[in-house]
Amino acid sequence: MSSLAVSNEHAASASTGRVIQPGWVRIVHWINAVAMILMIMSGWQIYNASPLFNFTFSRSITLGGWLGGALLWHFAAMWLLMVNGLVYLVLGFVTGRFRRKLLPITPGGVISDTKAALSFKLSHDDLTKYNYVQKLLYAGIIIVGVFIVLSGLSIWKPVQLQWLTALFGGYDAARYVHFICMALIVAFLVVHVALAVLVPKSLRAMIIGR
Amino acid sequence: MGRMRKLLIPGVDKKLLVKDAVKLMPDLTRRRFITGGASFGALTLLTGCDVIDSSSAETMLAKISKFNDAVQAWMFNPNTLAPTFPESAITKPFPFNAYYDLDDAPEIDGKDWKLEVRGLVENKEPWTLEELYKLPQVKQVTRHICVEGWSAIGSWTGAPLRDFLQLVGADTRAKYVWFQCADKDGYNSPLDMATALHPQTQMTFKFADEILPRAYGYPMKIRVPTKLGFKNPKYVISMEVTNDYKGGYWEDQGYNSFSGS
Repeated sequence: MSSLAVSNEHAASASTGRVIQPGWVRIVHWINAVAMILMIMSGWQIYNASPLFNFTFSRSITLGGWLGGALLWHFAAMWLLMVNGLVYLVLGFVTGRFRRKLLPITPGGVISDTKAALSFKLSHDDLTKYNYVQKLLYAGIIIVGVFIVLSGLSIWKPVQLQWLTALFGGYDAARYVHFICMALIVAFLVVHVALAVLVPKSLRAMIIGR
Repeated sequence: MGRMRKLLIPGVDKKLLVKDAVKLMPDLTRRRFITGGASFGALTLLTGCDVIDSSSAETMLAKISKFNDAVQAWMFNPNTLAPTFPESAITKPFPFNAYYDLDDAPEIDGKDWKLEVRGLVENKEPWTLEELYKLPQVKQVTRHICVEGWSAIGSWTGAPLRDFLQLVGADTRAKYVWFQCADKDGYNSPLDMATALHPQTQMTFKFADEILPRAYGYPMKIRVPTKLGFKNPKYVISMEVTNDYKGGYWEDQGYNSFSGS
């Protein structure tokens, strides 16, 4: 099914029938959305047990009710996030989607598209092609996603995976990396959702594919 | 299970909890934490079950936590040592941490105290502190990691648990060593045998080269640098070698039972 969708993506019949987001992308996107929200909300509750900074998250936006409940959610949703993320990475490379959609990223392209975006002149006529700002953000958030999983593993297993924890500069440093990655993902999410609302056909493409 | 029920009934245990525990667990009823998640529709998405049916989510999370126990047991390498640190890295002061204030910590007279040894062991004679102090001891400077996220480096000296288990003729094919403690409300915790036999798992009698102070579990704590802090019981009064999973103070309330580092 997914290979059909991928070949559809290539089909140059530029009019109505064209698939913008193939089926596998839509499936992993929405699974990821659920997993991310569960991880972030339970993560905030876990953070509250031993805050790194001079603030805590309101209980109304956390998941789990208390540390033990939040940990249960966090260590359950992590499987959803990791398995789904692996599927996404493998298919992204194997189908050539990453190379086709996200590369190349040139500094000149990013600067001119950022200027165009800020003056509301950026075109969204062809949703199958990402502009340079999108390329940069989508490629960047994939890397942040990899980092949040690896820093999470190094907090979870600082003895068994101590080589990984050491790469992050030790247990305490890994906690900060994990937090910063969360903050970047939340910032991405805010912009991502705002733009999807501003360009509703992009949201429609992520739901029904076209 | 009866004890677990008791803990879950709101109102009963609240007066037993001091402010530290209250801060962490404003609401001990597990129902509540489930409905917290349920209200977000997450349960419907994950389980396809009725959102109000909170027990199904509770069951699902408990099952995944059991699965995570198995994954961690599989990941556990008996030869992987917890990183050790120089004495200069020791956290000062090392934090006191419990579900009660230091004033409520057990006050144990070392002369009266005896370690009970029960279950699948050949020699069930209790041990006095004086006898235990004569066992060969080793020192470790390792990182204590709390389930809450904070960590602190400490220096612990004592007898490797595996040497003691050998000495009393324990059946090391058994699944658990279960510890009972003198903490108020009866702290206890199970330790899987593989971890009990890990070279760094220790019956600790000294902290920073001094007799273990009351704050850190006098007269004996079990130091397990491959586990989270709550799996390092203090004020230990008995150990039982057993094939039965007997639960634990925090484990029964939802903390993952293996909780390996």
